[in-house]
Amino acid sequence: MQNRSPAFWLFLTPVILALGIVVVIPFIYGLFYSFTDWNGLRATQFIGLEHYINLFQEKEFMNSIWFTIKFAVASVLLLNFFGLALALIVTRNIKTNNLLRTVFFMPNLIGGLILGFIWQFIFISVFGDVGDLLGVEGMKGWLSTTETGFWGLVILTSWQMAGYIMIIYIAYLENIPKELIEAAKIDGASSFQRFKNITFPLVAPAFTISMFLTLSTSFKIYDQNLSLTNGGPFNSTQMVAMEIVRTAFSDNQMSYAQAKAVIFFLIVAVVALTQVYYNKKREVEM
Amino acid sequence: MKNKEKKSLFSIEILGLLLGLLWIAPFYLMIVNAFKTKRDIFSGVLGLPETWEFDNFIQAFIDLSFLKSLFNSVMITGLSVGIIIIFSSMAGYALARNKSKFSGFLFFVFVAAMLIPFQSVMIPLISIFGQADMLNAAGLIFMYLGFGCSLSIFLYHGAMTGVSRSLDEAAIIDGANRFQLFWKIIFPLLKPISVTVGILNVIWIWNDYLLPSLVLSEANATIPLKMFYFFGQYTKQWHLALAGLTIAIIPVIIGYFFAQKQIINGVSEGAVK
Repeated sequence: MQNRSPAFWLFLTPVILALGIVVVIPFIYGLFYSFTDWNGLRATQFIGLEHYINLFQEKEFMNSIWFTIKFAVASVLLLNFFGLALALIVTRNIKTNNLLRTVFFMPNLIGGLILGFIWQFIFISVFGDVGDLLGVEGMKGWLSTTETGFWGLVILTSWQMAGYIMIIYIAYLENIPKELIEAAKIDGASSFQRFKNITFPLVAPAFTISMFLTLSTSFKIYDQNLSLTNGGPFNSTQMVAMEIVRTAFSDNQMSYAQAKAVIFFLIVAVVALTQVYYNKKREVEM
Repeated sequence: MKNKEKKSLFSIEILGLLLGLLWIAPFYLMIVNAFKTKRDIFSGVLGLPETWEFDNFIQAFIDLSFLKSLFNSVMITGLSVGIIIIFSSMAGYALARNKSKFSGFLFFVFVAAMLIPFQSVMIPLISIFGQADMLNAAGLIFMYLGFGCSLSIFLYHGAMTGVSRSLDEAAIIDGANRFQLFWKIIFPLLKPISVTVGILNVIWIWNDYLLPSLVLSEANATIPLKMFYFFGQYTKQWHLALAGLTIAIIPVIIGYFFAQKQIINGVSEGAVK
């Protein structure tokens, strides 16, 4: 199919239009509007970097960035730990491995909004009751402090996405040649040595994939944040995505929210490009 | 030696089962408490209900206008995913068969667009569609095509490497036009990747909350959107809220039950690429 062939264009027009109108044009408009006093309908003047200067001085926005970074780091660590642990369990020759895969993966199919509501009940009512039963004060009043709200979000995300990460690790674990493990066994390697010297190096690529995948997903989380803590108490558990939505649609500061959205894009893009860089480097090494 | 191995396998099995129980515990607690009265929940959430209260489900079903929300969700997800599959497969094919620099550039633009998070285009997007009077179901489906096509084109483009060019040539010699060639010969060969593309997009669009909340009115609400309104209405009334949540996830569980293998394979393929 040549560039001039009408078929080439006919096949591409629908998606070019859709991507252009839905993503590319709004993105360019957004960049432009972030330097103006645009109110969602019209802009009267250029204000240069004013929004960008203001947002770095706004406590709430900077808090949301730090909160998001802390959340992302904690989630990435826990998710990869659980993802790998679950994968190692269900790739062993146990009777229940298919059933367990099904169970661990299930939360991924249900939306973050609904899961957040379910866990609101768990953290508030179930934790409260269990705390009473065991006499553990620390289990009561969850989600009412910044600290417990933070861990609530981390636990919810780890529970929801560990099964997804498990699937990625399984794909790599099942590609390890059985002979390799058998040979090591015959040579008398302990199960820890086998893990360290054979399994781990061979699943290392999965680790890179999972790490960046979980990092970028945790940065963009919105639904779980909305339904579990709704940013409370006092907006202290509000993540960047939610902060932007609020600035735009609750406070009606459209161009200011857009400037925040541009910063958000830059953060997410840096994370993703680092991943591309690492993947390329790894391919060269291989 | 053998015995020792059996023992360690057994302890792994036990550990797996314990983790499995931990993983389904939230669902168990949701369902059990959805059957309780308000008083019953207050006196304890861990045990089974004293009397199994079905009225919670009836009221939640009515208040969620469940059949209507289900219909809206099915229509919007079904139409969006259908359109994404049709247009992305065509585009993936065209881009893979044209080796020019321009084609490569277009492919790069589609892939690069995946970097842009939703929040970064959300505000102008809603403004543009609002001014065009397109904040409705049709506009939403078009938006899903825009957001969903990048990954889908990427997957189709990758799958095209396995489809020989000689098929194209043979069909053209036989007098088929590009359109017939694609739909009769190429598209059927892309079926495995179509399943993957379909599953990935269904999971995302079915569960999406933020975009529909900005686009749809309450009368046209999908399940997540309706759930949000419903939950707000019943704070502190866990028996009703939990019954509603249980109802809302039933369609997903049914789908998972029937298409488990395809779902797990599809997700695995989508993630590893």
